[in-house]
Amino acid sequence: MHFRYRHQILVAFLVILLFGLTSAAFAQNKIDFNSQVRPILANNCYACHGPDDGQRVTDLRLDQQTSAFADLGGYVAVAPGLPDESELIERIFSDDPDSVMPPSDHLKQLTAQQKQILKDWIAQGAPWSGHWSFEKLKSRTPPETHSAAWSKNAIDHFVLAKLESEGLAPSLPAERRTLIRRLSSDLNGLPANRDLLAMAERDDWPQAYEEAVDRLLASDAFGERMATYWLDLVRYADSVGYHGDQPISVSPFRDYVINAFNHNMPFDRFTTEQLAGDLLESPSRDQLIASGYNRLGMMSAEGGVQPEEYLAKYASDRVRTTASVWLGITLGCAECHDHKFDPLSTREFYEFQAFFADIKERGLYDGAHQSKKWGPTLEVPDDNLAELLAPLDQRLAELTRKIVETPQVQEERRVWETGLKQADYQWQEVNPNTMIATNQVEITRASDQSILIAGANPNTNAYAITAELPPGTRALRLQALPHASLPKGGPGRAGNGNFVVTEFIILSGDQTSHMEIFKTPFAKWPDELKGTAVSTQAASTTFEQEYGGASHPDKKWSAASTIDRDARGKTWGWAILPETGQANELVLQIAPDQTLPASVTLVIQQFHGNGSHTLGHFQLSTSVDNDATASPLKRLPAEIRAIVTLDPSVRDAAQKQILADYFLTRAPSLKTYRDQISALNAQRQQLIDQHTRTSLITVSVPAREIRVLPRGDWMDRSGDVVSANVPAALGRPTWQSAPNRLDLAGWIVSPQNPLTARVFVNRIWKLLFGAGLAPVLDDFGAQGQAPSHPALLDWLAWDFQESGWDIKHLIKTIVISQAYQQSSSHRQDLTETDPENRWLARQARFRIDAEFIRDHALATSGLMVNKVGGRSVKPYQPSGLYQHLNFPKRSYQADRGDNQYRRGLYTHWQRQYLHPAMKIFDAPAREECTAARPRSSTPLAALVLLNDPSYVEAARALAERIMKQETADSPRFQALFVSALGRSITESEQDVLTSLLKNHEAYYSTHLEEAKKLLSVGNHPRDESLEPAKHAAWTSVCRAVINMHEFVTRY
Amino acid sequence: MDQDIIRQIQARRSFLGRSMTGMGSLALGMLLNGKLNAQAGPELADNFFTGIPPKCKRVIHLCMAGGPSHLETLDYKAKLAELDGQPMPKSITAGQQIAQLQGQRNSLKILGPQHAFSKCGKSGQSISDILPHTQSIADEICIVRSLHTDQINHDPAHTLMNTGTSIPGRPSMGSWLLYGLGSETQNLPGYVVLTSAGGGQAQPIASRQWHSGFLPSKFQGVELRSKGEPVLYVKNPAGVDRPRQKDVLSAIEQLNQIRMANDFDPEIKTKISQYELAFRMQTSVPELADISDEPQHILDLYGTQGADGSFAANCLLARRLAERGVRFIQLYHRGWDHHGGIKDGIKFTANLVDQASAALVKDLKQRGMLDDTLVIWGGEFGRTPMAQGNGRDHHIKGFSCWMAGGGIQPGMSYGGTDDFGYAAVDKPFHVHDLHATMLHQFGIDHTKLTYRYRGRDFRLTDVAGNVVHDILA
Repeated sequence: MHFRYRHQILVAFLVILLFGLTSAAFAQNKIDFNSQVRPILANNCYACHGPDDGQRVTDLRLDQQTSAFADLGGYVAVAPGLPDESELIERIFSDDPDSVMPPSDHLKQLTAQQKQILKDWIAQGAPWSGHWSFEKLKSRTPPETHSAAWSKNAIDHFVLAKLESEGLAPSLPAERRTLIRRLSSDLNGLPANRDLLAMAERDDWPQAYEEAVDRLLASDAFGERMATYWLDLVRYADSVGYHGDQPISVSPFRDYVINAFNHNMPFDRFTTEQLAGDLLESPSRDQLIASGYNRLGMMSAEGGVQPEEYLAKYASDRVRTTASVWLGITLGCAECHDHKFDPLSTREFYEFQAFFADIKERGLYDGAHQSKKWGPTLEVPDDNLAELLAPLDQRLAELTRKIVETPQVQEERRVWETGLKQADYQWQEVNPNTMIATNQVEITRASDQSILIAGANPNTNAYAITAELPPGTRALRLQALPHASLPKGGPGRAGNGNFVVTEFIILSGDQTSHMEIFKTPFAKWPDELKGTAVSTQAASTTFEQEYGGASHPDKKWSAASTIDRDARGKTWGWAILPETGQANELVLQIAPDQTLPASVTLVIQQFHGNGSHTLGHFQLSTSVDNDATASPLKRLPAEIRAIVTLDPSVRDAAQKQILADYFLTRAPSLKTYRDQISALNAQRQQLIDQHTRTSLITVSVPAREIRVLPRGDWMDRSGDVVSANVPAALGRPTWQSAPNRLDLAGWIVSPQNPLTARVFVNRIWKLLFGAGLAPVLDDFGAQGQAPSHPALLDWLAWDFQESGWDIKHLIKTIVISQAYQQSSSHRQDLTETDPENRWLARQARFRIDAEFIRDHALATSGLMVNKVGGRSVKPYQPSGLYQHLNFPKRSYQADRGDNQYRRGLYTHWQRQYLHPAMKIFDAPAREECTAARPRSSTPLAALVLLNDPSYVEAARALAERIMKQETADSPRFQALFVSALGRSITESEQDVLTSLLKNHEAYYSTHLEEAKKLLSVGNHPRDESLEPAKHAAWTSVCRAVINMHEFVTRY
Repeated sequence: MDQDIIRQIQARRSFLGRSMTGMGSLALGMLLNGKLNAQAGPELADNFFTGIPPKCKRVIHLCMAGGPSHLETLDYKAKLAELDGQPMPKSITAGQQIAQLQGQRNSLKILGPQHAFSKCGKSGQSISDILPHTQSIADEICIVRSLHTDQINHDPAHTLMNTGTSIPGRPSMGSWLLYGLGSETQNLPGYVVLTSAGGGQAQPIASRQWHSGFLPSKFQGVELRSKGEPVLYVKNPAGVDRPRQKDVLSAIEQLNQIRMANDFDPEIKTKISQYELAFRMQTSVPELADISDEPQHILDLYGTQGADGSFAANCLLARRLAERGVRFIQLYHRGWDHHGGIKDGIKFTANLVDQASAALVKDLKQRGMLDDTLVIWGGEFGRTPMAQGNGRDHHIKGFSCWMAGGGIQPGMSYGGTDDFGYAAVDKPFHVHDLHATMLHQFGIDHTKLTYRYRGRDFRLTDVAGNVVHDILA
């Protein structure tokens, strides 16, 4: 086949002749205030004559008509129709350095052209209109055009009218296959498959085209494609972003977004659920997940962070993001000073912030790098979890029925109760000789030999105590005791009263040398002491904390980790939350045939290292009893302990029942069943864990006080307290009561708010035309750019609202238009007249987004695993990329199996170290809202497509697929081009690739080892029946095709 | 030298003045390091040059991450020695930000300097004895003792040091320089980052620190890694040798040429050049990273055995990068966060960086490159005069750095902190001033190098920054 492009361009010229220069008659010199005048005033004058109250030195405001036209004491800045009477003209044309405006030392100076525009504008009567984006939406009637036949729908009338007025002709429709490929890329982010391409051959083309549109809109891939863009806006990521950039789980939110687009959820509902899903009446699970929007910002667990400061950071980020996502305004600029260009004050910034003041959150997520607790979450089970659990639950029910009180159990209980009372070990207090702490603190010894710590409160410590012990000592007890001087009554010195004993060491021998060693701060287990440490056999305790113990090797803050010589890790140990303000004890038993020496050094290490988890009050005692353990009575739950200490005769019926029920959990004769139950429960939990994801959600609490922070300074408490409201310039509704997030959402999508619909349709337009009608997607303010087709933008926005915020309707309307279907071919005539293609005389061509580049390679090669949603996945990544991350240190484990071949949007989004293949193709880190990604072309991008194992693997899989599909070279080349590019190969292209194929086949047939190496890149198993040299040579061919400009370009 | 820069700028400006489709005629080096392409967005602001001939061609930033204590390195305070262990006067700390010592606001105690200082060189600058090699270049460096910053935690403080604000998403200083001036190398990225660790807990470093923010990503820093591939994906796939890779690249180019012949597209031209450059980088990067051609006396000067990822090896690589025309070279050493055990800890870390930092200055000088290379040594903040156990906490009101070369006056001390080493009181020097002064040395007016984003003309120095003329030679 041959290219048709040249032919098309010729026809385009003919079309231009037909439309002709008649349109020159439409050209006018009338100055448009919004697109021509306001930008000049905003950029050059507003800094001193604009909305910022703090910067204005005179009363003259050029952002307000009344002020600009007002009498300033015998003269006016702008006298409509009378440029010579206008002070503004006088001043900007002045030669006098003292009087010229802008002042001669001002950074911004007017060009001669700009001055002329201002003069002409005033001469034409200085027509003034409100800022385009803040004006109410009007339903617009599409304009009349000369060539009505060209138009397919209203959009085309607007576009064509503009083209005619500019004297331009539209381009011919794109070639059908190109169009199908464009549609597939735009609506699904995927290359067109064979079925779609076949539609290009149908005789009823217009109908076939519409069917293709419907099919693509109905595909699950549509939601994935749209989510890719939405996630940039709401800055969805899989890590917290600040400092240690720890992982967070919020992938259910991503899936919510995909599903919302796939189910064509109306945009107003989509908006409300994200901003305020938690405030809806009886919110569904999905609505709670959606409310996670408010929690997607960056968070910090950096020690030393001042919570207030970070709460202020999070709050400001939320204002910036929400204002960008829905309103397209730069409200964030007003954080420290009134907005310089738009009517947005600092007070309004904080009023907007106040909508979010009820969100439950912390400034510092202290310890979250270990506890993984990043505020409120929801557990989200997979859809098939119940089904998976059913058989286990049935078996569990059967076993549970066997746990009943038999006569044997009753007898066992009697024996147990008797034993409890006998186990009353004798303890004798240790009288310490000396005590030191490696980090300096104040140590006080009480008369009962208990030790109280005060003074400096270091993060870690080790206490070393020397003492003489009674002969025959076989057990050592550490009682952690409450004390009024300690936080929450102790026994620990952490803010919550907790402590962590990480290691308890008994040393015998020369005490002095031990003490020297332990004077070194952060002393670890000194190797030279191993010989003198007394080996401890068991540690028992009255209570072991489970809270925050999920990553502890024992899943709880166990006694065992105090005598393991740090085998479980230096920072793990014994802790007691929530049992603060009460006593607990740890007992170490030594080997049965040993006793402790008379003279010992007891070392209590507390190296948890976070939040001063050290002991504040404790006592040591010894026992000669061979079996001494932590008090068995104290080890019972408080309620049971209370009952067993009662004489059986005075227990009431309820107490008896409670005790009997409790004993079922420990009766020896029921152990087999209990073991089976706990094994099943473990299995069950494992299944639940595997099939449940947590997701950050919003929980509403009484609102924090929000103040205006002067110059954004969080430490300055002098600003006014403000309540929630929207910026006045955007039209404040009359609130029925103090507005909350739900009201904010309602206002955002109310027909009275002109911004939301305009902003959204403009962004959809950008996805389908490569640029927005208003080119600056995230600034609809004075510093943005007015739309090229204001009436079209309004019509689209109005139609979108009228349709019930129907996103698929909006997209279909656009892609059905003739304007969308135009060829994107270069047109020489436009390079001078419209190089940026603002008048839409052709379609755009652009490199596809990072995720879709990956998707195209996976889909073309057949490797792609089509599954919607789930945990984020980890494609191959160069090793060592996370080496600069800490708290904790991490390494990246690429996924194996299906998860290696998922679409790009599921890639694990590590904010600080985004996957390089994503980042190099301009995917944002998502630290902030991104409305438009840049599109760069760099050698690093070339290296990704050439050498990243994902793309090499895709090439060899594609080669395999093509080789199996066809047997001869020529049909193979055809098949390859149809798969990869949606078109036939040309003769000259085939010549190039044939030469590559032959060369590499010759090389690899004498270098079989090299061929095998190439064919082993990636996990995908190779079809061993293919000759390695041939397969390797075809892999080279496929690498070349995947690297073609055309492969990653949407035409 | 001045002529080179001016010629380069003229080339770039005339390009910008032309139609946006004229990419093909540009020098390849321009493409590699980022001239604006058709999608790059708003143009560069109007002339941002001061008109003063530039003194400086490149920067080597030795970033001591974690916050080195100025009180043990560059700013000796006799008063602290005298008051060691005494309570810190409340009048100084009241109402001030405090990081990890928040809980001990009422019992803050002074920690005296943990190491002795000496007067060094003809200039007699006071430098800690834990930096003997730095002492030996006392007459080459300008020590600033009145630095101050706004952010008291590592992550935002680094972000401020690199981008002029703590809000993520803004371009780093290296990206700003590339955006303004382009690069002089045709075979390497124009902004290169190297990292090393050791001594104390390693500070996490986010890639945002060398990101281009809202500037096109071609301006971002590229990390030169000591393990694995020196630049990501620079190695051919397994089973593909250089001739085979060249075959594939040649086929790609021919296919792209065929497409362009039938369907004119300026983007294809750009793409073809990028592939050529990628292929060249596949040679130039390994060549750069392979220091086996360095003589023994140079290895000895830096105190390195080879490219082992140590700070010393990275300093040597920094010089090689500078020689090859890289505009902005940033070295991170991540071991300076001495909350506890500062006496031994800081000595240990200092020992890892001292010799190589000084060697870099000496080596640049002996090659005649120090004149137009600005070397900056310092962290994101300093440390408290108050004890945190036997260490020091984060501190932002006053700290130190040194600079050498690039038209900075050698052998001088500038500014100072109060008697406690707490606040910069003599000629305070904000991070913004550092940026303003740095850009000034490139002939750039920091208030005019701007980029329009979300309706605002952003700049590296935000709304602040003054050029500190007193330290210019």
